[in-house]
Amino acid sequence: MANPHPGRPMSPVEMTRSAPQEGMAGLVSDWSAERRVFDISWGKAMMWLFILSDVFIFACFLVGYMVLRMSTVDPWPDASEVFALTIAGQSIPLLLIAIMTFILISSSGTMALAVKYGYANNRRLTAVLLLVTAALGATFVGMQAFEWAMLIGEGVRPWENPWGAAQFGAVFFLITGFHGTHVTIGVIFIVIMAVKVMRGSLEKSRPGFLTGRKGNYGMIESLGLYWHFVDLVWVFIFAFFYLW
Amino acid sequence: MDQDSHQQPELRVYLRVWLWLFVLSVFSYLVDISGLEGLPKWGLITLFMLLKAGLIVAFFMHMAWERLSIIYTVLLPPAALLFLAVLMALEANYTLISRLSLFTS
Repeated sequence: MANPHPGRPMSPVEMTRSAPQEGMAGLVSDWSAERRVFDISWGKAMMWLFILSDVFIFACFLVGYMVLRMSTVDPWPDASEVFALTIAGQSIPLLLIAIMTFILISSSGTMALAVKYGYANNRRLTAVLLLVTAALGATFVGMQAFEWAMLIGEGVRPWENPWGAAQFGAVFFLITGFHGTHVTIGVIFIVIMAVKVMRGSLEKSRPGFLTGRKGNYGMIESLGLYWHFVDLVWVFIFAFFYLW
Repeated sequence: MDQDSHQQPELRVYLRVWLWLFVLSVFSYLVDISGLEGLPKWGLITLFMLLKAGLIVAFFMHMAWERLSIIYTVLLPPAALLFLAVLMALEANYTLISRLSLFTS
């Protein structure tokens, strides 16, 4: 059997262990075999648990939004009109949001490819893909700032707006603001990772300056999980907040 | 099952998922501008949303290649959120009825 943990010798338990079982039997043996449950790097397992906690935070915001929207007696502002852009005298509904959606999906695609080419040890292509991802993410945040400025200019505040239910502004700024913060943090970390890739820190397992953790290409996969999660949250915000 | 060198899906898998995410986004945008109302609109929006979410989690986040232990750990707890949503919908409905019967003239 192949060494499941490259970089350190296999323990006797691992050496006597047969190939992992699949399906339900595998699930039971993973949880009951008196060794660590998840057969993935700890960085990836912890990223998944972080994402799980973040799922609950965003879900609480979206459920709160549902409660506000269902319980208000005033009409809810029509997102199609609120977020319409006027181009050449024609009002196109949700145009900016649609472009933002495509940009974020594209950035998820380039991130997925960065993970793939990272594992293939293609340093140059990985760095380029990471930088493209960061650029797309920064574009997304920029368009969101533009959208905020436009709405604030039209008189939207967390406590009032010109079109209907006063709760609209509070929900809009909280949910898109929290998501935009996630995107911003992601962009910063992707740029840092791109620099690490370019100077070969991952390939040569150099310790990071902050944590001293040795570099490896699994780090890009963990960062990728975070980035795809940000894209995933946008899928739900797009559907529930903008389209519903 | 090697953690850092597990086999990566082929390029065309990613490109195909990418394309589908674009197509599904266009579909949900079309639902919005088509003027559909009520159940067909919400049903289609939810369907496209769940398909997109499934594609991202399964392929971009590599869930399709993980073992059941991590899949269940991540995907089962959010099911509790459906329960939360149902409870809060009942509560919101009650608030709305109270407001309509007591606070509007």
